[in-house]
Amino acid sequence: MSTVNLVYFSWVRERIGKGEEMLDLPADVVTVADLIAHLKTRGEEYEAAFEHQNVIRAAINQEHVDHAEPIAGAREIALFPPMTGG
Amino acid sequence: MNAPVIVRVQREDFDLDAEVSALRRERSDIGAVVTFSGLCRDEAGALSALELEHYPGMAEAEIERICHEAVERFGLQAATAIHRFGKITPGENIVLVIAASPHRQAAFDGANFIMDFLKTSAPFWKKEHHVDGSIGEWVSAKDADDAARDRWTRKP
Repeated sequence: MSTVNLVYFSWVRERIGKGEEMLDLPADVVTVADLIAHLKTRGEEYEAAFEHQNVIRAAINQEHVDHAEPIAGAREIALFPPMTGG
Repeated sequence: MNAPVIVRVQREDFDLDAEVSALRRERSDIGAVVTFSGLCRDEAGALSALELEHYPGMAEAEIERICHEAVERFGLQAATAIHRFGKITPGENIVLVIAASPHRQAAFDGANFIMDFLKTSAPFWKKEHHVDGSIGEWVSAKDADDAARDRWTRKP
């Protein structure tokens, strides 16, 4: 098991009901996609947040990554909707 | 010479003139300065405020990455990008981008490039507040913004 800090923003944060949490990850959670699938098993708030999984963006240690990215060694993983700044 | 890049993510307003003056200070090599200001509009009177959420740390880092890429790509002499967060009311500033170069085209392109990538890659999210007191939806990302970004990666 490894422990990672998860951070959520915008409607992902609102649907889950928190902005941040520490989570122990099972060994079979290898990629960002695995992580999202794992989170969806944690309750309906997570299911709601990740209902449309393909639109979710991810960052590892504050850099954008694809869902196929391995998460080994990540200190902080962020999951959020498409960005709307500017 | 390394072109100075200034990036700030802040709650408070900014002063366009002061930022341009700071960028130009004690320099006589700059031939063109392009500024872009993004403002909060009132959506025909329906909007009372935008609430801007951001990812502290990554927001600054991502905008810096974008600005350095613009400096490299267009040979900018200086670039400044300031993005606000928190509650912003119609008529107020949201974002400022300044690009400086010897000739105008690079400065225009540089500012344009920074804005196109900032809109799609800098971790900010807007939520609408309405004048009737209701809190509206999170603003949806637009396909047009992705298309504007992607034109920079297409072969001419």
